[in-house]
Amino acid sequence: MKSAVSIQGLAKSYGTTRAVDGLDLEIEQGELFGIIGPDGAGKTTTMQILVTLIPPDKGEVLVGGHDVRTGIQAIRSLVGYMPQRFSLYPDLSVEQNIDFFAELFGVPKSEMAVRKQRLYRFSRLGPFAKRLAGKLSGGMKQKLALSCTLVHDPEILILDEPTTGVDPLSRLEFWEILHHLHRMGTTVIVTTPYIDEALSCDRVAVMHGGQSLACGTPDELVSLFPHKLYAIREPGISLHDTLVMSIRGVLRVAAFGDSLHVAAEPDTSPSQLETELSAALGRGINLEPISPSLEDVFIHLIHTKRNDGA
Amino acid sequence: MKRRVFAVIRKEFIHIARDFRSLIIILVMPVLMIALYGYGITLDMRCIRFAVVDLSRTPQSRALIASFTGNGFFREVAGDYTPDDAPSLFRQRRIQMMLVIPRDFAASLATQAETTVQVLVDATDANVGTYIHTYTEQVLQGYASSLSGAVQPILRLEPRLLYNPDRKSTHFFVPGLIAVLLMLVSALLTSITITRERESGTMEQILVSPIRPVEIVIGKVIPYITIGFADGALILASARILFGTPVHGSLLLLALLGTVYVFVALSFGLLVSTVARTQVIAMFMTVMLTILPTFLLSGFLFPVASMPTVLQYLSRIIPATYFLVIIRGVMLKGVGIAELWLPIVSLCAIGTFILSVAVMRFRISLE
Repeated sequence: MKSAVSIQGLAKSYGTTRAVDGLDLEIEQGELFGIIGPDGAGKTTTMQILVTLIPPDKGEVLVGGHDVRTGIQAIRSLVGYMPQRFSLYPDLSVEQNIDFFAELFGVPKSEMAVRKQRLYRFSRLGPFAKRLAGKLSGGMKQKLALSCTLVHDPEILILDEPTTGVDPLSRLEFWEILHHLHRMGTTVIVTTPYIDEALSCDRVAVMHGGQSLACGTPDELVSLFPHKLYAIREPGISLHDTLVMSIRGVLRVAAFGDSLHVAAEPDTSPSQLETELSAALGRGINLEPISPSLEDVFIHLIHTKRNDGA
Repeated sequence: MKRRVFAVIRKEFIHIARDFRSLIIILVMPVLMIALYGYGITLDMRCIRFAVVDLSRTPQSRALIASFTGNGFFREVAGDYTPDDAPSLFRQRRIQMMLVIPRDFAASLATQAETTVQVLVDATDANVGTYIHTYTEQVLQGYASSLSGAVQPILRLEPRLLYNPDRKSTHFFVPGLIAVLLMLVSALLTSITITRERESGTMEQILVSPIRPVEIVIGKVIPYITIGFADGALILASARILFGTPVHGSLLLLALLGTVYVFVALSFGLLVSTVARTQVIAMFMTVMLTILPTFLLSGFLFPVASMPTVLQYLSRIIPATYFLVIIRGVMLKGVGIAELWLPIVSLCAIGTFILSVAVMRFRISLE
């Protein structure tokens, strides 16, 4: 498979802040690729470098085979980019917005009608073509933004946290569109703070501190989890980290909704751990072995990275 | 290239049309200002209030008073005053001038070569003081020459006023107003439209398209040149209709040079937009940097030649300074390129400089 995006040793600093710090990534053609990471991980900076909005300080970055430093024009007609804070012209109608971007990207006039119909079909914005963009709901604005991004049929679609601040239903709808585009052969690169969105990607990179901590299919990532994992599902339980951490074999405790996830050394016996925990808390508790989720892996990776750095 | 520029132009026109209120302001404001300057703010003096202390009380002295009251420039504040009343009358601002006719006025006229009357003038406003002084002198001269038997002076000044024979300050203001308003409107609109895109984030969206910075600039500038041009035409037309302000020179030349000037103003707006981060800052900067210098330093109100040296140098970098010379020349004197080549070249030079700095900074600011 040919690479859609190839990043090697990418670095970008703003003053003394290292936004991206030695990032390596290979994204194949036709992949639905997710990048997950906390705020400030360097996701947005990476996306902006990919679409040639800002130049890299160091490293090799190829998009569709073109260098981001020299192939600016080629990359720009190849890529569709939807920034985190996508804004449309609120005083232009839905159709005028789409027309404007179509002309900027040089969509042939003869194809305009067909393209618009196709965009209206999947976005279901057809009935609102004459409505001003400023008067659309949040979810509809998002879909219009995507339509404007797609109007020139980009080979590679780059979306920076496209569903942040969008209601759950519109989010679902939006992802259906992404999956559709993916099936049609478009390379989709999407950053997200949501685990469930990352799970539906072909491959995911976990980004933190300007680096990729791990990269693979969701299953591969989960297999990276090196510890045993237990859940404690007791109503009203609130374990203080330090109390549990003092028990031999326990590595970390994290709260997941109304339960707690306890990560332990692989060689600890569950029954012994259960006894010691019950003693420490002064009440009988039940340890339930579970398989790690992507979120557990995510937390594990970030913790490991932090402890390394410290 | 052409298609992308046209796309931006079309989009700008939609913005303009949708923002109907701003458009009205842009088009009505100039007409309002012309009316205001034409009717209200004027440097011409009429109805100068004056008091008379007539100690002579002769037919001759009454004839002198009548020549003051008869011409419309002076209005007598009636009353039985003595010269001692002058200070309090001036302080209460009841009069601006006092005429004291001596007791021996009639006798002196008959016998002596030179007769004196006293004139007291309120010169708080130096300009007004000078005007009153000049008018008074003219009235006195008129009176003197009308006296039969009075000796005619051998040398007499007979001024002929050229280009604005009625000395209407409106004719002088209109070209200046065009310069001020074109600068303001063009620079303001450009700086706001670009900062708005940056503020709202749409600029980032445009920039990932194959459009080049210079195409954005051209696309943004053309609609506002059109508006600036319409504004200028509107001012000229309303000045013509309301006050009969003439255009003695070539309208075509005026339109051409007006376009050059608007282009300079737009470049300035572009420059501001590369510095200002928000629309509010852009607005403040444009108003401060265009209106004030254009009003005070370009020669719109105060002649450049009478400014302190430092300010004279400063006035040379203000585009309006040159455009004022051009537009007053074309409108009031009817001169052409032959007489105006120096200010035209200067204006183009300043414009080219501002534009190149602006485009350079615009590119950098996009990164």
